[in-house]
Amino acid sequence: MDLSAKTIEFLQQLINGISLGSVYALVALGYTMVYGIIKLINFAHGDVFMLGAVFGYFAITMFGLSFYPALIVSMVICAALGVVMERIAYKPLRNSHRVASLMTAVGLSLFFQNFTVYRIGAQPKAFPRSAPVNWNVFGVNISSRQVLILATAVVLMIALHFIVQKTKMGKAMRAVSFDRDAAMLMGINVNNTISFTFAIGSALAGAAGVLVGQYYGVVNPLMGTLYGLKAFVAAVLGGIGILPGAMLGGLFLGLAETGVSAIGYSTFRDAVAFAILIIILIFKPAGILGKNTREKV
Amino acid sequence: MLKIENLHVYYGAIHAIKGISLEVEEGQIVTLIGANGAGKTTILRTISGLNKAKEGKITFLGKDIHTVPAQNIVPLGVSQVPEGRRVFANLSVLDNLTLGAYLRKDKDGIKKDMDMVFERFPRLLERKHQLSGTLSGGEQQMLAMGRALMSRPKLLLLDEPSMGLAPLLVQEIFSIIKDLNKAGTTILLVEQNAHMALSIANVGYVLETGNIVLSGDAKELAKSDDISAAYLGGNH
Repeated sequence: MDLSAKTIEFLQQLINGISLGSVYALVALGYTMVYGIIKLINFAHGDVFMLGAVFGYFAITMFGLSFYPALIVSMVICAALGVVMERIAYKPLRNSHRVASLMTAVGLSLFFQNFTVYRIGAQPKAFPRSAPVNWNVFGVNISSRQVLILATAVVLMIALHFIVQKTKMGKAMRAVSFDRDAAMLMGINVNNTISFTFAIGSALAGAAGVLVGQYYGVVNPLMGTLYGLKAFVAAVLGGIGILPGAMLGGLFLGLAETGVSAIGYSTFRDAVAFAILIIILIFKPAGILGKNTREKV
Repeated sequence: MLKIENLHVYYGAIHAIKGISLEVEEGQIVTLIGANGAGKTTILRTISGLNKAKEGKITFLGKDIHTVPAQNIVPLGVSQVPEGRRVFANLSVLDNLTLGAYLRKDKDGIKKDMDMVFERFPRLLERKHQLSGTLSGGEQQMLAMGRALMSRPKLLLLDEPSMGLAPLLVQEIFSIIKDLNKAGTTILLVEQNAHMALSIANVGYVLETGNIVLSGDAKELAKSDDISAAYLGGNH
């Protein structure tokens, strides 16, 4: 079968966009879950993503792990980090003004960045990876690295869906995010549920960090800022607090970015995310899947 | 069974409950009536551990519970149906009921109680897989009650179960409350609908701006002139 050059180009960009978008989606899920449960935009989340990449880097270079064990190690460390971060930095502020937690999040973000620079230096590090296998499907080039990103992201999202929809802890999470007092009346331990939410969100960010590391082959202490902000845009775009919204927003953003590069405006690549943020805040601030909630008497 | 002694509760600087005492004996229906803002809900929230007492004591089956965190009060056998039902609208009817049994581990017992709830509220069975936010107000009230029963409470706290319901539904809810009591659940009922509440209760307490101003046998209270003047719409 012969495809026209334009179709091939389109499919190629579609695949590139989906792999990039699935990374945004993984990070956006953490933003949206934490927002859903304590109404906090955790601006340190992007740096958890960065630390995930750094942990993955060390797991491979220092401990000689292969990719998947490194991914899991990084996810576990990030989950623990997420819990500690919540307990130390956010929990004491839970009943104070929301701006206090927001400022704390910005402070934590700066702390993580600079601590990492202090520990490993500001130079980008080469993320060790094996040579990719490239497949040519009807003229469209698919690399094993893209498949790895996409497959891992899909598996993680299915796992997340299962946890949130089917497990007791997942139901408790949804109950706490809907009505904290009513959840307490069920005997749900709200603190543990919030910790669990941070653990899951941070583990996903850690996984995304390792995936980006292996895809682009570099890790640096400041990489969390831009990815974090873009994933935040993705979460807002889909509807903050809504899990499928984060996935949708991530994919949309990835496609928009690669689309803009493809038509020759690659200098505007990073601007696209923020243009989308401005547009969505003007025209549909609740996000694509968000709706105004009504109360029933 | 439940004993409250000299309870004081504050919201910031506001002294909401000013040293009330009350007692609920096993097997009874006790009602707490009073106007809006009298502090009825605050008392129930404090029993459930959602508000903290500044002073005073709450004991349940001989155990002090005013210092116990909310999630540890449910397993003692105290369950609350909060004001405005507060069902988890984003979850299915079934998931709401499952969460009611959140702390229980006995799968068979949970299954049995679930069947019991569906038997008592057949409407919930029909709507088992529906999101609870799509239920009508009356159905949500039934769900909130069913959810509270799933923890197999010894004492059920009901906060304004008649609020916003059509008169026929109110009748239905009240007859269910009576049935539950007959089946062995002790009930502390908070109501604005004083007439209805006193008609099914054994004992009544009248609350006015954080103080108990009257208490006694529910039938006597219903007849008392003060009560009819203040809460039952005059003498008739």
